[in-house]
Amino acid sequence: MSKHHVTTTINGEPTEYLCEAQQTMLDVLRDELGLTGSKEGCSSGDCGACTIILDGSIVCSCLMLGVEAEGRTVQTIEGIADGEKLHPVQQKFLEHAALQCGFCTPGLIVAAKALLDTTLNPTEEEARYWLAGNLCRCTGYDKVLRAVMDAAAEMRGEASA
Amino acid sequence: MSYLDKASLKVVGSRPIRPDGVDKVTGRANFGADMALPGMLWGKVKRSPHAHARILSINTDKAMKLPGVKAVVTRADFPDVPPDRAYIGEAPANLRDMSRNVMADGKVLYEGHALAAVAATDPSIAEEAVDLIEVEYEVLPHVIDVDEAMKDDAPLVQDGLFTAGVEPKPTKPSNIAKRVRFTKGDVAAGFAEAEIVVERKYTTKPVHQAYIEPHACVVSVGADAQTTIWSSSQGQFMVRGYTSRIVGADIASIRAMPAEIGGGFGGKTIVYLEPLAYMLSKKSGRPVKMVMSREEVFRASGPTSGAAMEIKLGAMKDGRIVAAQAILKYQAGAFPGSPVNQGAMCAFASYDLPNVDVIGYDVLSNRPKTAAYRAPGSPIAAYGVESCVDELAGELGIEPLRLREINAAKEGTKAAHGPTWTNIGYQKTLEAARDSAHYKTKLGPNQGRGIASGFWFNAGGDSSAAVHINEDGTVSVMCGHPDIGGSRASMALMVAEVLGVPYDQVRPVIGDTSAIGFSAVTGGSRVTFAGGTAVTRAAEAVVEVLKKRAATIWDISPEAVEWTDGKAVPAGANAGSFEPLDLVAIAAKSTRTGGPISAEIQVNAQGPGPGFATHICDVEVDRETGHVKVLRYTAIQDVGRAIHPAYVEGQMQGGVAQGVGWALNEEYIYDKDGRLENAGFLDYRVPVASDMPMIDTIMIEVPNPRHPFGARGVGEVPIVPPMAAVANAIADAVGTRMRDLPMSPPKLRAALDEQQPRLAAE
Amino acid sequence: MPRVNYEAPTSVDEAVKVLAGAAGLAKVLSGGTDLLVQLRSGRLKPDLIVDTKRIPGLIGIKEEGDKFVIGAATPGAMLSDHQALEHAWPGIVEGADLIGSTQIQGRASLAGNLCNASPAADSVPAVIAARATVVIAGPAGRREIPAEAVCTGPGRTSLAKGEFIVEFHVPKPKAHQCDAYLRFIPRTEMDIAVVGCGVNVTLDAGGTCTDARVVLGAVAPTTVIVEDAAKALIGHKLDEATLAALDAAAQKACKPITDKRGTIEYRTKIAGVLARRVAAIAFERAAAR
Repeated sequence: MSKHHVTTTINGEPTEYLCEAQQTMLDVLRDELGLTGSKEGCSSGDCGACTIILDGSIVCSCLMLGVEAEGRTVQTIEGIADGEKLHPVQQKFLEHAALQCGFCTPGLIVAAKALLDTTLNPTEEEARYWLAGNLCRCTGYDKVLRAVMDAAAEMRGEASA
Repeated sequence: MSYLDKASLKVVGSRPIRPDGVDKVTGRANFGADMALPGMLWGKVKRSPHAHARILSINTDKAMKLPGVKAVVTRADFPDVPPDRAYIGEAPANLRDMSRNVMADGKVLYEGHALAAVAATDPSIAEEAVDLIEVEYEVLPHVIDVDEAMKDDAPLVQDGLFTAGVEPKPTKPSNIAKRVRFTKGDVAAGFAEAEIVVERKYTTKPVHQAYIEPHACVVSVGADAQTTIWSSSQGQFMVRGYTSRIVGADIASIRAMPAEIGGGFGGKTIVYLEPLAYMLSKKSGRPVKMVMSREEVFRASGPTSGAAMEIKLGAMKDGRIVAAQAILKYQAGAFPGSPVNQGAMCAFASYDLPNVDVIGYDVLSNRPKTAAYRAPGSPIAAYGVESCVDELAGELGIEPLRLREINAAKEGTKAAHGPTWTNIGYQKTLEAARDSAHYKTKLGPNQGRGIASGFWFNAGGDSSAAVHINEDGTVSVMCGHPDIGGSRASMALMVAEVLGVPYDQVRPVIGDTSAIGFSAVTGGSRVTFAGGTAVTRAAEAVVEVLKKRAATIWDISPEAVEWTDGKAVPAGANAGSFEPLDLVAIAAKSTRTGGPISAEIQVNAQGPGPGFATHICDVEVDRETGHVKVLRYTAIQDVGRAIHPAYVEGQMQGGVAQGVGWALNEEYIYDKDGRLENAGFLDYRVPVASDMPMIDTIMIEVPNPRHPFGARGVGEVPIVPPMAAVANAIADAVGTRMRDLPMSPPKLRAALDEQQPRLAAE
Repeated sequence: MPRVNYEAPTSVDEAVKVLAGAAGLAKVLSGGTDLLVQLRSGRLKPDLIVDTKRIPGLIGIKEEGDKFVIGAATPGAMLSDHQALEHAWPGIVEGADLIGSTQIQGRASLAGNLCNASPAADSVPAVIAARATVVIAGPAGRREIPAEAVCTGPGRTSLAKGEFIVEFHVPKPKAHQCDAYLRFIPRTEMDIAVVGCGVNVTLDAGGTCTDARVVLGAVAPTTVIVEDAAKALIGHKLDEATLAALDAAAQKACKPITDKRGTIEYRTKIAGVLARRVAAIAFERAAAR
């Protein structure tokens, strides 16, 4: 079982790696590429802590093989900020204290960013359903939703609430 | 010094961005599983497939021969540990039990019980090796249910266990590890006097803390036994202390590094993997990383107890409760140590009652050993008591909130478990509930409103903190407690307040066990209280040093220097006339005035200040499916002083969401062989974002005089009321009383169906 | 995860060749949302994984004459985004849209959901209710069978070694024909259906049902087409009596089990409740056309 050679794009960087077939994309990101921002909470697609954006869609990187990334475009939590400038979702998470332990936070931010890539006018209910695959045990989701809705408002150009 | 006057505060009470925030929103923060070392091996655990079995033999030969496998350990590699009590976790732990929970000794006591561990060069190889370990079992009868476990003919989980707390000592072993009792007055006389008596039974299921981060560690043991442990836990000193005892090493040989922790809620106040990784590293001579799978987390760590309860209340027609009795039977799991003691103490703590009798039983069964979970024991008892109070209110025809107002614990009330309350805010939470906009809104069809209250002791104890004035005048703060929910921010706020400097000039760091003095766990809602006391005292000690340095610079007496708004100033006209000196100016001259400016303080903080809360919950019931939707929720709590209000609100909201999960859907489901059927987030159903409404919070501030800023613990009491609040709301909505958790759709629909013919008959 | 081999063929013929020629157990990978979970848990120990997503046509939705052709590995999110399909068969899209989270919908496919052969699969009832067919490629060439003929029992399909689903053919709706799907779960998201129900109805101009298919999920070893429930609808308008007959027929068709997700009694009752609720939506939609 020789390793597979994969050529892909991760956070805008052309990237090559070798991986074994059974390694998930999450294994590759964390163990081969040192991108440990994506977290492993369940390995079954039920917690969303490993959420990445694959060709524009969010997926659980624990439910994707590393070999499947061949020729695709991957964005992880490490690629959400623009250099030193945080994405509005990241900034609003900080301002609203929308994290406690911070373990689910990377997945939530990636998922929320993808939502706002789709629409800048989500209702609270739409945002709640969009984020239903991201478990957070600390916050009760209240401040998370406030942060996401506020980030959407800011990206629409409205003054912060 | 005291900072209880809120009006005088400049930064405490504000809501700045947490110091570790950017790391946590960009993926830079390092949690337990994020650590990697050169030459590192991966450890995996062999676990029992049986609920109860004798281990006849373990053969590790095939596993050892698999290429890539570097070490295998079993019980034979661990020393015998005496049954000493250790008080470094959330609750006193029996070290012998903990050792045998970490690695089974002779018998496996629950499905998932560890009995061997493997280290290999790659996780897949380690998994294969685990499968190659051959174990012969003699399967034994098992017991899962608490009432079954208490029967005379129940299979015995532990050999030779005799119930403690009963006189004379029993002659026959049983699964009942302990009986506790708290009494006040004469409960029989109280029931004789009562005009109405309500007696009901309630049950709860074990629920898991369900932190999203699985347990994880990396352990590196040197040839000289000098050891470094990186792990995610609620206390690096706890990890060091327990691991040292279980592996038989000196405490000084172990340095425990606190990784960021991805949630704990009490479940990471003990060790599971660290002793195994230690032995694997010692045997292989290489660092070993171990990470639990989610399935292992459910099968082998956590949960809190399930329980069966009998609650009896006697009252006068005017609503005065004159007698209260409870029998609480809590599951401990496979080793003694359920939180029944705490549950028994908390049961009636919110009420001013003349006659109380609470009996609690700590009961073993073939389940994983329970671990602390947020206000351990109290939410279970509160579900019973607060439901029963609601039922009593119904019998009396008194509004449930009014019944609580009539009987509320207040200044000077003596609780059944001993203390006399002072400086408590329980009545104020009831007042705030009545005054809230939420309480005044009208409900629609199939909607109902529930009220419930809760109590938690909160904890103090050992904490250390250091404050260093850096060469450039900035401030470094070293704390001994892992930051599980924003405590760096509250520590920095308190230091900034004392020093009179801006918040962002203060940088808090969580120190490893060699960098800061002993500090007990992040647990018991103790960090802001005890850790906050330590950082405040350390900052005050630094202020004294700063004043002396200014005095030296000015060549006047230190008594003639005052510290105001972050600057040393002459105390008055007589002290002389000098330009104020700030931290930058004093730090610049520190070498010439006596050297570095630092202070480290150790405290044993006493008087944490009890926490009381009252919650209001609105639900809507789908009568056809039994589905319950939480429409609106308000949590009201006496928080003492909110150091960083946003994170206080966060604690309240998080506790509510966990409580709603406990109320509606979370439970351990076992098959007939004692195997857990729902060891994953798919069927262990914690609330998701679309299950919850916004959670309103009302913070009542009755300052705790034993904390410099008046803080009291806030993290635990919010999980106490929700189960009863939801149950009471369901009863209000559809007239059906749910006395067994979880109140899941199949159970509620069945209860509604049962009610239909009954209603028709009436 | 256990060690395994991986192939990503770029044509149907190549895929058939590697599947048929595999030494041990070969599994098709489309969205992977079930397969990878089973792999990790050790429930499934394949020697080879064959990723079909690089085969042209396996992902995508086309309109060909009177039918939609949906590539087998098309993720649920693409179904939701396809306006013509969503307009034609909102129930099919609802079913696909209910499989797991937003993340899962980015990967989970119709073929994967069908071939995983869980009786609780959310996308299956509405697909069967629409009388969809599947095109299967294999060593003996291609064959087309009704969607309901794929799953033969929990975890079992009628596909032979070397065979895999290439595409779904879904007929376009007739006048006054529409569908709906609902499932019941304990939470609001992320659960496996306790009961699922797809209803597809055709009405006449007066609102009387002329054709119907009622399909229940999670109440028997496979998805169930409830003929008696269809009979309860055909020839009737949507009134209380019709709904009561439908409810009774749906309940009668249930042969569920008691497990961690629901009891026999509960599932049976909910099947009736859902049938009524779904039929009401389907009737309303069909009438609006």
